[in-house]
Amino acid sequence: MKRWLTPTRPSGLLVIVVLMFGFGFMLVPLYDVFCEITGLNGKTGGPYEAQAETMPTASERQVTIQFVANRNDNLPWLFAPEQEEIQLAVGERKQTTFSVSNSYDRPVVARAIPSVSPARAADYLNKIECFCFQKQPLQAGEAKQFPLVFFIDPDLPEDITKLTLSYTLFDISNTD
Amino acid sequence: MSTHAETGHHGPAKGISRWILTTNHKDIGTMYLVFSLLMLFIGGTMAFVIRAELFQPGLQLVMPEFFNQMTTMHGLIMVFGAVMPAFVGLANWQVPLMIGSPDMALPRLNNLSFWILPFAFSMLLATLLMPGGAPDFGWTFYAPLSTTYAPPSVTFFIFAIHMMGISSILGAINIIVTIFNMRAPGMKMMDLPLFVWTWLITAFLLIAVMPVLAAVVTMMLMDVHFGTSFFNAAGGGDPVLFQHVFWFFAHPEVYIMVLPAFGIVSQIVPTFARKPLFGYHSMVYATASIAILSFIVWAHHMFTVGMPIVGELFFMYSTMLIAVPTGVKVFNWVSTMFRGSMTFETPMLFSIAFIVLFTIGGLSGLMLAIAPADFQYHDTYFVVAHFHYVLVPGAVFGIIAGVYYWLPKWCGNMYDEKLGQWHFWLSFIGVNLTFFPMHFVGLAGMPRRIPDYALQFADFNMLTSLGAFLFGTTQLLFVYILIKTVRSGKPAPQLPWDGAKGLEWSVPTPAPYHTFATPPVFGDK
Amino acid sequence: MCRLLHLFSIALVLTPAPLVALEFNMPAGVTDTSQSVFNLHMTIFYICLVIGLIVFTVMLWSIFHHRKSRGAKAAQFHGSVLVEVIWTLIPLIILVAMAIPATTTLTDMYDTTESDLDIQITGHQWKWHYKYIGEDVDFFSILATSREEIENRKKKNPNYLLEVDNALVVPTNKKIRFLFTSNDVIHSWWVPDLAVKKDAIPGFINESWTRINDPGLYRGQCAELCGKHHAFMPIEVKAVPEAEYLAWLEEQKASQLAAAGAAAKDWSMDELITAGASVYEKNCAVCHQADGSGVPPAFPPLNGSPVVQGDKTGHMQVVINGRQEKGMPAFGAQLSAVDIAAVITYERNSWDNKTGDMVTPAEVQSLMDSQ
Repeated sequence: MKRWLTPTRPSGLLVIVVLMFGFGFMLVPLYDVFCEITGLNGKTGGPYEAQAETMPTASERQVTIQFVANRNDNLPWLFAPEQEEIQLAVGERKQTTFSVSNSYDRPVVARAIPSVSPARAADYLNKIECFCFQKQPLQAGEAKQFPLVFFIDPDLPEDITKLTLSYTLFDISNTD
Repeated sequence: MSTHAETGHHGPAKGISRWILTTNHKDIGTMYLVFSLLMLFIGGTMAFVIRAELFQPGLQLVMPEFFNQMTTMHGLIMVFGAVMPAFVGLANWQVPLMIGSPDMALPRLNNLSFWILPFAFSMLLATLLMPGGAPDFGWTFYAPLSTTYAPPSVTFFIFAIHMMGISSILGAINIIVTIFNMRAPGMKMMDLPLFVWTWLITAFLLIAVMPVLAAVVTMMLMDVHFGTSFFNAAGGGDPVLFQHVFWFFAHPEVYIMVLPAFGIVSQIVPTFARKPLFGYHSMVYATASIAILSFIVWAHHMFTVGMPIVGELFFMYSTMLIAVPTGVKVFNWVSTMFRGSMTFETPMLFSIAFIVLFTIGGLSGLMLAIAPADFQYHDTYFVVAHFHYVLVPGAVFGIIAGVYYWLPKWCGNMYDEKLGQWHFWLSFIGVNLTFFPMHFVGLAGMPRRIPDYALQFADFNMLTSLGAFLFGTTQLLFVYILIKTVRSGKPAPQLPWDGAKGLEWSVPTPAPYHTFATPPVFGDK
Repeated sequence: MCRLLHLFSIALVLTPAPLVALEFNMPAGVTDTSQSVFNLHMTIFYICLVIGLIVFTVMLWSIFHHRKSRGAKAAQFHGSVLVEVIWTLIPLIILVAMAIPATTTLTDMYDTTESDLDIQITGHQWKWHYKYIGEDVDFFSILATSREEIENRKKKNPNYLLEVDNALVVPTNKKIRFLFTSNDVIHSWWVPDLAVKKDAIPGFINESWTRINDPGLYRGQCAELCGKHHAFMPIEVKAVPEAEYLAWLEEQKASQLAAAGAAAKDWSMDELITAGASVYEKNCAVCHQADGSGVPPAFPPLNGSPVVQGDKTGHMQVVINGRQEKGMPAFGAQLSAVDIAAVITYERNSWDNKTGDMVTPAEVQSLMDSQ
């Protein structure tokens, strides 16, 4: 070890300080990587990359999925799922919609953030087409229907018979 | 300290520039201690406001928004302004004396490390007068309450934290370099007094985690001012990420706030038992184990956040594990007392109280570690009771014990033993009257950080407030004792405590401005 | 002395029900989970008590017998590897023994599968919102304790700070799954009798579950600092037999329909002002103050306000749409047309405001419909 780099001298100790400061920031991507690998925290990651050959076929096992739509910080818009609860087979491809309507008299940009409960089901909810994370511009008074196309991976743990997908809608007009 | 004898070349400078420009570890130690005493009273005043409002149900004295500022600032001031600087002050005075070194390795850095603090805390305290008020989101400043929903003063809060962090890091570097490079010839690592060992380990903890605190407040700053979304779900971030990064810093931080107290007690008990410390090696290894384990327990502060069960179990087990080395230390102290020949001067009284009351705090910590039970304890007064037991009759009693113990050597005069005993007993009663009832109201369901509460909590809250008024007022007696000692105390002998051992006692009383200009011969301790 | 005190506290916690009223201890609660948690708590407590007893007894004995004033001579032993190993291993074994029931209980608490009923709970600054998933029933639950009691102008009732206007009604003996989220900052929903506490995090959902054995009213509080009224957003869970719950559910659906109809009814100005006063106290006073003086510049005064004294449509729009940038929620999404009309009429005719105006629910409804 180089003489100046030892942790008994100021220079060596300063290196540790700098590295730990960097470590603090590194925790940010590390946290996401950890969540993605383990599917913890209900984060579902990006849209599912579907290949025709690998798409599973519907099976007998039935699961219930619930849809919840939240509006952050008292946003007064309409944001609601077309259906609150759907029964479907694992592997079966389903489509549903969410209605959003901007009741302000000015254009806005919105973003929907998904979250799944139970968290360990997040990895098994595959969204083929999803409006989450994308910037959604809405004109004053404009209403839109957002589609969600998804299927549930047959590898979903046996004991889970119901899961909930929640979207929270945020007004991100100011952050643009 | 103008009563210091002068040796050789120069004595202290005259006037205010002495204190601004000093690079002398004794002067700087004194400044840290005086500063921390001032901060203790400022933080204590805030505690008074809190306990006055909580004396009875209903809102009587302050608005809820101001109450939140008081609880936040009380925590910040006590943690960063009172406890940590006091330990650094003790380190500054004692570490060079204990290892036979003339001063710290980096004296000018030492001066800078201190002088950052008055500026940092002036800025923090000034936030009380800013529009929107002081930080009001708890000393743990969770996002988004501390980012999206924070008052404008949050920016100054962040800058103050950065400054305090720099001060701590520079101080820690100084301590490590001093201990490794400036020991008296012949003094090996396993000859180091326990206070030096605990400070060495604490300094490494500081180097490792204060930068993480700097990182998390920088991320906050970016979220608040630069449009990033580290902790904001709208931008793909996560408020829980804040908690992980914060507690990764803050859990080792609580050990930073107690390990030096362990060291102080490990010096005092052998002296007044007239018997060597039991299990020196074991104490060193136990301290090191606690420090290492402290890095893998952080999420026990987050059991209700919605972590997956694997995470909850891991942190429950690791937290329970950390009780083992801590218990070992308590057993070693008791074994030091056992079959000794004890006298009970003030430093010993505070040290024995430390052992008993810190153990109570540690045992409630073990209860908190049990994750399913923690669902009922989390964010209640049970937690407040736990951490105040380990911090007040824990860390603060340790600091007070150290001051009484080493004060004769610092200033050349003995403190008044009778007054010291009064200070002790009033503090002991006050501290227990204040914090013991908190266990009950917490178990009964009283949440933390509330200015008003349901009626079934009223009786114990009144008791707590009375205890707090007693304890707080008693510390004025401490100030009186200190001033009286310095100005008109009886001159102290070379060895004020007949059982005391260590290089610090080999210098004259009071310790000359410059000591160990030539390294001592380290033979028999 | 220490020993006596310890025996006394053991006796205290072992004695039956009435002592819980003395509020020394955690409730055992009304679910199997809460009972398990209580038992775990007491077990760990007793273990800690015994450890503390042993250590303090040895210390106390030593303090009396090994003192210099009694002529004790100091021994010089200062270490023993054997002893260190023993008092490392024994605590370790005790901890492993503690970890086993703790793991079992936690695993059980995490099993939210096969629920009979799902309720979404959203934390707001400073109230809770409940939605029964799959049913068309949702409502806010707001502190019902009066300002007079909080400000010490009236005697406090026994449920001071623990009472709400609309309790969460649930059936007993059914597995209820809760989904938690937040509208703004982190809150935490806690009911001690159910041993359920979970953080409500904006943008994410958490879950927990309960199965309540005994009918009754169970009170809780928010358990995460969430701003100035953190202490003022309690929780009431009313557990009733299933039949009663189903009847209540039907009643709720009916009354939500009726509320829509109530907008068309004829209301007198006095009726509106009276109703408006209580809507104001629950929803507006927290920021605009009971006397309308506000907290400028953050919360403008309503007393003498140009908006309140000005054009009716403008006033309605502010209340219905809120002021996003200033942190005022859009109450059109939270209150019925009747409540909005009532509170506007109240504001326009209170304190020094004497507009003499009345705003009807129908006017409010038609403005909301047109947006």
